[in-house]
Amino acid sequence: MKEIHYLRCRECGKKFANAPQSFCEECFAPLEVSYDYDALRRVANREALRDRAFNMWRYSEFLPLPDGFVPSAAIGGTPLVKSRKFAERLGIKNLYFKNDAVCFPTLSFKDRVVATALVAARRFGFDTIGCSSTGNLANAVAAQGTQQGFETCVFVPADLEPVKILNSAVYGARIIRINGNYDHVNRLCTQIADKFRWGLVNVNLRPYYAEGSKTHGFEIAEQLGWELPDNVVVPMAGGSLIGKIAKAFCELAHLGWVEPKQVRFFGAQATGCSPISDGVKRELSRVQPQKPNTIARSLAIGNPADGPFALRLIRESGGWAEDLSDPEIIDSIKLLAETEGIFGETAGGVTAGVAAKLVEQGRISRDESTVVCITGNGLKTTDAIAADFPVQDAIEPRLEAFESLLEQHLQRTAGAPAQETHV
Amino acid sequence: MSITIEIPTAFRRFTEGAPKIDSGALTVAEALNDLTAKFPGLSRHVRDEQGQIRQFLNVYLNEEDIRFLNGESSPLKDGDRVLLVPSIAGG
Repeated sequence: MKEIHYLRCRECGKKFANAPQSFCEECFAPLEVSYDYDALRRVANREALRDRAFNMWRYSEFLPLPDGFVPSAAIGGTPLVKSRKFAERLGIKNLYFKNDAVCFPTLSFKDRVVATALVAARRFGFDTIGCSSTGNLANAVAAQGTQQGFETCVFVPADLEPVKILNSAVYGARIIRINGNYDHVNRLCTQIADKFRWGLVNVNLRPYYAEGSKTHGFEIAEQLGWELPDNVVVPMAGGSLIGKIAKAFCELAHLGWVEPKQVRFFGAQATGCSPISDGVKRELSRVQPQKPNTIARSLAIGNPADGPFALRLIRESGGWAEDLSDPEIIDSIKLLAETEGIFGETAGGVTAGVAAKLVEQGRISRDESTVVCITGNGLKTTDAIAADFPVQDAIEPRLEAFESLLEQHLQRTAGAPAQETHV
Repeated sequence: MSITIEIPTAFRRFTEGAPKIDSGALTVAEALNDLTAKFPGLSRHVRDEQGQIRQFLNVYLNEEDIRFLNGESSPLKDGDRVLLVPSIAGG
């Protein structure tokens, strides 16, 4: 069958044949995968999904995959959690958390993008693959790359959380630590992809990589009963995910799988690295790069590749962007864990906290349906909150010691008298 | 006084394959002008219709993005490297 996807410049619209190339030769804007939607309409059938497992590959017609592609792992298919307590606190009715903190295999949404990137890496004949990463992507590339038999090499800022470095090293990937922030790592990787024949998933394979993010959006729509939400709150680092969720919703509406709807897109950043939310708030036409300084390192991209597109999407959809200080991020991580049982990474704290802020500001109405995207797992960023949870003194394994502790605890809390409960 | 302008592969079809050129420019703006004067085919790829550096072209002076310095007015000193990187990716 004739291939129905190709590359297209996001700025000038010029079309390109499929190739490991991320930018337009004319205007240097990013390329993205586009489709012959008439052909897609003929091959994609919503009823066919009934017989497919609930993971990202159930939407394979919408992804840049070769004919006869057989997936190797059940990636994606994460829960959409209807919020109760968090929503109650905000006084909002229909709030959902799309929980990619439990994405297989490395507990972040980056598992999705690496899955489609490595299909492209195989297609273009790369032996060595890699990425520039703030951590989550490195984990996902390390896990899937080595498992699929690629030489795997990930580039990370030297000061990255030790857990995230360990979570890449364990798979046998080569880790190259760079003195500098993510933007330095990224620039170096752009030069490496220019000089070496390596498949860097978020550099020369970026158009194919980014398509994997759409599955986060497809799942949201399907889990809402093939309906689109009124609002989506999305964390922004490079600014790609927010656009791919929008693209997923547009494609579903275009094919008639959902009713078309003007979904409002809201972006979430940390105040210590907020080039996109700053651009939205100040109504800038271009994103001004920043030097990142935040505990939310997975969002610490000061020069976001898709910043201009995220700005445009947020504006045109009627959304907004907000950001959270580091102490607010920590409070928000705790609140999400206490109310919903979801331990999100720092970026999850950012997104949940920004959602709360937007409700308080009246930008998200209390009667509308809102999905908040949690994209990574808190077990990877324990450094950020460890100081808030000092280790308690141990007690002897005797009932009197426990009763004494309980007494102290009750005195400290409400001052209420200790009660004995006999069972 | 001499600085080097490093040219990415995507630009080399306009530079007869040259990966870098030397220049006596005193500012980043002069360096870019030197480059486009020498290779006129590059002009419209470096600057947009308003004469601004294209949104998706990143210009670095040594290790630093010029937007963190004085932009195009950033002064150059002997031995500096001006690096052009089309469409930073990542994220």
